[in-house]
Amino acid sequence: MNIVIIGANSAIAKASARLYAGQGHDFVLSGRNAAALSELEADLKVRGAGRIALLPLDILNTHEHSVLVDNIEQACEQIDLVLICHGSLPDQERCESDFELVQQELIINGTSVVSLAGRLANVLKKQQHGTLAVVTSVAGDRGRQPNYVYGAAKSLASTYLQGLRGRLLPYNVHVIDIKPGLVDSPMTAQFDKGPLWASPEQVARKILRAVSKKQHTVYAPGYWRLIMFVVRSIPDFFFKRLKF
Amino acid sequence: MQLSGWGRYPSSESRLIEPATQGVVSEQLAALRAQSSCLISRGAGRSYGDAALAPVVLTSKHLDNFIALESNQDGSATLRCAAGATLDEILRLIVPRGFFLPVLPGTAHVSVGGAIAADIHGKNHHLDGCFSEHVESLTLLLADGSIRECNRDKDRPLFEATCGGMGLTGIVLDATLRLTRIAGPLIDNRTYIANSLQECLELFAEHAAAPYSVAWIDCLSSGQHLGRSVLFLGEHSQVVPDKKRDRSRRTISVPFTTPGWLLNKHTMNVFNTLYFKRQKMRSEANLMHYQQYFFPLDAIANWNRLYGKNGFIQYQLVLPEMSAAQGLTQILKKVSEAGKGSFLAVLKQLGAANNNPLSFPLAGYTLTLDFKMEKSLLPLLNELDAILTDHGGRLYLAKDARMSEATFKAGYPRWEEFMEIKAAVDPDNLFTSKLAERLGLSA
Ligand SMILES: Cc1cc2nc3c(=O)[nH]c(=O)nc-3n(C[C@H](O)[C@H](O)[C@H](O)COP(=O)(O)OP(=O)(O)OC[C@H]3O[C@@H](n4cnc5c(N)ncnc54)[C@H](O)[C@@H]3O)c2cc1C
Ligand SMILES: NC(=O)c1ccc[n+]([C@@H]2O[C@H](COP(=O)([O-])OP(=O)(O)OC[C@H]3O[C@@H](n4cnc5c(N)ncnc54)[C@H](OP(=O)(O)O)[C@@H]3O)[C@@H](O)[C@H]2O)c1
Repeated sequence: MNIVIIGANSAIAKASARLYAGQGHDFVLSGRNAAALSELEADLKVRGAGRIALLPLDILNTHEHSVLVDNIEQACEQIDLVLICHGSLPDQERCESDFELVQQELIINGTSVVSLAGRLANVLKKQQHGTLAVVTSVAGDRGRQPNYVYGAAKSLASTYLQGLRGRLLPYNVHVIDIKPGLVDSPMTAQFDKGPLWASPEQVARKILRAVSKKQHTVYAPGYWRLIMFVVRSIPDFFFKRLKF
Repeated sequence: MQLSGWGRYPSSESRLIEPATQGVVSEQLAALRAQSSCLISRGAGRSYGDAALAPVVLTSKHLDNFIALESNQDGSATLRCAAGATLDEILRLIVPRGFFLPVLPGTAHVSVGGAIAADIHGKNHHLDGCFSEHVESLTLLLADGSIRECNRDKDRPLFEATCGGMGLTGIVLDATLRLTRIAGPLIDNRTYIANSLQECLELFAEHAAAPYSVAWIDCLSSGQHLGRSVLFLGEHSQVVPDKKRDRSRRTISVPFTTPGWLLNKHTMNVFNTLYFKRQKMRSEANLMHYQQYFFPLDAIANWNRLYGKNGFIQYQLVLPEMSAAQGLTQILKKVSEAGKGSFLAVLKQLGAANNNPLSFPLAGYTLTLDFKMEKSLLPLLNELDAILTDHGGRLYLAKDARMSEATFKAGYPRWEEFMEIKAAVDPDNLFTSKLAERLGLSA
């Protein structure tokens, strides 16, 4: 397979790429930190990956998204899988007084995902083949006090994917929304970890399974589907008092 | 956050830094140096006591990338990888390719950095030595922010002090490891029963040519059965299983800390007797997957929680060949009398010591005992220390949580030499752990 990964340096993307590398696939990797991308390239090669192309980009440079997609198309004849994984967890308190920051976070977690998913979807549609998998979050299921800017951006992406999935159905292109719960990655370094936390590898295994089984919306680990069902069911008059 | 080692005793409040790239490691080190704030490295947190504890702890959790896997003409190979890579990940990579790690501990979930810093030994120490014997080279981030490659030809004293140096010389960034060739993932396993300690030591001597050997001791037996045990021998099998697939097992997990009484004297008694009977029936040779052979405890994730919320202490000692029989007898007697027998008691023959100032192994026998942590335990361990020191033995730093500075210095006479090497590269003692403070390795 030709696998395109945006946000390839993220712990979840890296874990997924490693599993795929063991199966000998080819990669196009994009991420912000070029040195880290090269490290990942060497790592995937050791694990058995085939050809690897690196396309470093800061996703906030949205005017370069079209060039990125052109370069991706040039780097591989046919794309079999796109995995979009970049993201950032902002400090909610700072967001309350800093709209610039809010806007930036909405771009990283929301509109940049739409821009890249949309453009790459068009490539897949042209090919009449491929899978688009996007990592969003359970935070997008309901706006909660400690992270509703992040949640709002993630739900923007999820809602967009719901429509995109239908549009691409006739073209043999499959769209997957992956919603991790709490994952022990650099993004969450400052949190104390408890039994609900999963490793990036656990999420990666879910992603591979979702791709091979053509699943639609995947909670990772699976128990988050139940947890979020409960969270969504709580009436507003009560929910507004919850601080979690 | 509250952090502890695998034994869950002691714990301490630590700021945890988890860099995602080597660049961030350097930045964080510079920032800490500027604030004169000490730190210690941490790998997978599988050392039992306080070796990886300090107010600031920098983990290699996300620095686990492979760098290069190269095959040599003689059929061997080398793997260069970042220090956070675990032996488990490495084995999953190399076993299907026909290679193996020359030294393995009792769990696969340790990092390469931790394996180097503790200079770990395996069931084949009597033939193949410590982990560091198979490290070709390592890259060390020093206190002043410089990065130095060291090996047996370059900066040898620093290389030797770092191997076994418990993270006190600097941060190991990556290492190049020599791998050995194997035909497949299976281990030929033979079991022998020994009815006493003396029999067990004789069996070890008789089977000194066996690549892997280790004995499990029934710690609660006494009198003429003192030290009755089962000896496991192993060697790599030439049998290649039909299925190419690495037969990894499912693990079950202990999700929460269980109350300490679950492992009280009675349950341990039952466990030991049962285990002993089972081993007795399985006294012939059989084939085992390497994971089952080397890492039986890994099948139960977080088994350390079974000891309850106060945690436990693993006491691992080594006694020189000459005094081993006498020293072990005294120690086993003391333990059996105290009725604090352990869940696990492991005896292993060790080969000659290497040239690293703080590496644990020396020619003789190493005994490992687990004790549930309770107040009355500490005096017993102090008594064991005294027996140990009398017989010229020492304790393993990677397991230690409580020995005194005097016991340490008696057991590790080359500690001063180590401190000289450390002073040259870390004059301000930027790298300091609770263990180092306790043992007088930070002044
Ligand atoms: C079930 C079990 C069985 C075991 N069996 C054996 C055995 O058979 N033989 C044996 O020798 N040991 C054994 N051990 C002990 C274990 O191998 C060592 O404690 C090892 O150091 C653990 O590695 P870690 O990555 O978990 O390191 P940690 O526990 O995180 O750290 C251990 C030490 O290494 C240092 N360190 C870690 N990473 C770095 C780095 N990147 N740079 C510099 N210093 C670093 C730390 O500062 C600390 O001093 C066993 C442990 C368990 C839990
Ligand atoms: N961790 C969790 O608990 C959790 C829960 C639910 C969902 N998620 C989602 O899972 C995905 C992966 O996150 P993770 O947990 O693996 O954390 P991570 O390792 O911190 O990954 C986040 C990645 O996003 C990249 N990124 C951020 N801003 C960028 C930008 N402007 N341009 C390019 N790349 C940028 C980061 O790049 P750098 O490497 O250069 O910093 C980093 O590689 C994210 O979408 C996250 O929102 C995570």
